[in-house]
Amino acid sequence: MAGTGTAHLRDGDDVVLRVEDLTVEFKTSAGTVHAVSGISLDVRQGETLGLVGESGCGKSTTGRAIMQLPAPTSGKVLFQGADLASLSGQQLREVRTRLQFIFQDPISSLNPRRKVKDIVAEPLRIWKRGTDAERKARVAEVLDAVGLDPEVAAEKRPHQFSGGQCQRISIARSLVLDPTLVICDEPVSALDVSVQAQILNLLEDMKAQYGLTLIFIAHDLAVVKNISDRVAVMYLGKICEVGAPDDLYATPAHPYTAALLRSIPVPDPTVPPVQSGLLTGDLPSPLDPPSGCRFRTRCPNAQERCALEEPWVRAIGPEHYVACHFPVHGTDAPAHEAPVAVGAPVQ
Amino acid sequence: MARSTNRRLLTASPTEGPLLAVEDFRTHFDTPAGLVRAVDGVSLSLERGKTLGIVGESGSGKTVLSRSIMGLLTARNVVRSGSVRFHGQELVGASNSQMRALWGTEMAMVFQDPMTSLNPVMKIGRQITEGLRFHLKLPKDEAGAQALQLLESVGIPDPKRRMEQYPHELSGGMRQRVTIAIALACGPRLLFADEPTTALDVTVQAQILNLLQQQQHERHMGMVLVTHDLGVVAGRTDEIAVMYAGQIVEKAPTTTLFANVRMPYTEALLKSIPKLEQASHTRLQIIGGRPPDLVSPPPGCRFAPRCPYAQPKCHAEAPPLIEAETPGHEFRCWFPVGTQAGHDALERNLEQHLPAAEAAVTGDSHAAGLVEVAAETGGDD
Repeated sequence: MAGTGTAHLRDGDDVVLRVEDLTVEFKTSAGTVHAVSGISLDVRQGETLGLVGESGCGKSTTGRAIMQLPAPTSGKVLFQGADLASLSGQQLREVRTRLQFIFQDPISSLNPRRKVKDIVAEPLRIWKRGTDAERKARVAEVLDAVGLDPEVAAEKRPHQFSGGQCQRISIARSLVLDPTLVICDEPVSALDVSVQAQILNLLEDMKAQYGLTLIFIAHDLAVVKNISDRVAVMYLGKICEVGAPDDLYATPAHPYTAALLRSIPVPDPTVPPVQSGLLTGDLPSPLDPPSGCRFRTRCPNAQERCALEEPWVRAIGPEHYVACHFPVHGTDAPAHEAPVAVGAPVQ
Repeated sequence: MARSTNRRLLTASPTEGPLLAVEDFRTHFDTPAGLVRAVDGVSLSLERGKTLGIVGESGSGKTVLSRSIMGLLTARNVVRSGSVRFHGQELVGASNSQMRALWGTEMAMVFQDPMTSLNPVMKIGRQITEGLRFHLKLPKDEAGAQALQLLESVGIPDPKRRMEQYPHELSGGMRQRVTIAIALACGPRLLFADEPTTALDVTVQAQILNLLQQQQHERHMGMVLVTHDLGVVAGRTDEIAVMYAGQIVEKAPTTTLFANVRMPYTEALLKSIPKLEQASHTRLQIIGGRPPDLVSPPPGCRFAPRCPYAQPKCHAEAPPLIEAETPGHEFRCWFPVGTQAGHDALERNLEQHLPAAEAAVTGDSHAAGLVEVAAETGGDD
């Protein structure tokens, strides 16, 4: 794993967001935390990109760095052609009307002291969109779209709603300015399974109705597969594998993806739980990540080369990319790849 | 092991019969808002060496049930009734000192969050030996040796060093292994695992579940595995009880439950989980609305307001647990899944465009939102 490289990036006018060599580091008293280390991603218009990985893989940090919350240490974030990292505060605020965020905890992300109609209308008020009556109509429209009765919901406050309903309100708020790209950070992991399905279907419906492009960040591989058009698997701040969900889940090439998929308990008693081939050991510290491939310390396929040389993202099939010297299937990486570097070289 | 001190309390109990027998068990909380019926008439039993899965969503009462069986709810507003017999000994009404003799040596629990269930200012070694010294009266060095063995058996590398560490120096998976070691320390016959892997990553979850299963087999314990994840219980239990709004709504041997679902709630749960083998963008079936208020649950079936099959009878009359054709399979439903009555009921509801039925069949997220709104406005009147 531990991949740097841009082989999986696509050209074309319909690429809404292009992230190149994104690096996020945090200086702490214990040293530098390498949260995200040189990852590249892109999302096409109308596409859902799933970012999946376990805690500490940097998926949420990536989502926030795209929003410049906080700004990345280095790397480019090109949103509709503009590099967000180079924008001034005011310009960035304007861009953020088209770039929205949905958070994990639906209850704490809503102000408990405000009424739902004010929460949802706030972006309109800040940007002075429309008259009072127009704003009211717009709020009613999005509340209805997310399956809340505007008559009933508008005058209530967040604590009067269940977690699932609060997540619907968050989604309504993110839609009210008609954004282009919505980044959803674990939007269903705080919800019960029965409510999770409601929100997943709702996101699909909203995507169709409002022509949205989504980045969907989650740890649950089944959820990510259900909603995504393209999936990127992350581990310890690096991209492991990128591909179309059906292909990637059927024939995972990266040993980490394969191990992740094997670990998931299947809701079928005739399938015995997997006892072998599971990952052992712990995630290495992001303060001092392993040399070469970051997954090598837990990888069943690891060899000497993995410690010396970092694998670069390369194609192993149509729309399927992997950053691994010795993938589960497909050919081993050619000796001493000469990748086309974008931005800063790897250390 | 020296467990004679604890055996004394059980002298009256014959070794025949189930390890745990729960009969019409209730646990209510007296609150300013009213009596919360968190567990409302639960019956189940468990043999030694078997695993029972208790599945339910937040607020279904699964955690309260397991804690109440163990007698861990000691607040003054807790009202317990019914019967819990552990090896023949009645636990409802047992005093704290009677319970203390059972905790650790006879029954133990692994909690959800290994971060908060360990003492942050006590070394790992001491936390394990504490139980050994208190319950089994082992001398210090013997307890230390046994703790080392326990850490080894739960798969902790370099146990000698770990004994001297504090919980914050360990990863989440390692901490959960430590809590399992503590729970197993005095050789309990019954182990409760309450969402033991919910706080853990999926690769670690698999390791911990395998560890629990292996320990259960080796020690021939009865195990109650409480979880919200049907995937977790599918391959690792002998029997499953599905809880909803404080009651068991379906109970069956694991393979029967998955093959012959009768209760609409169980069916809905199974169908609303995204599955790995499904193609991307598969439309999920939805359960609209949310669980009822446990202070004043609906008069009929508690799932009726959200149920795609619900008929007028369901709203008026609470169904009892009904025996299915397979022995040991029980469910609470007037119009069960997989029967002609159930099939007709769903058809009728679809004809009338009831939102709960449409959400379940078409996955209409908008309709699902309205189920909740309808249930609420109905309740406010």
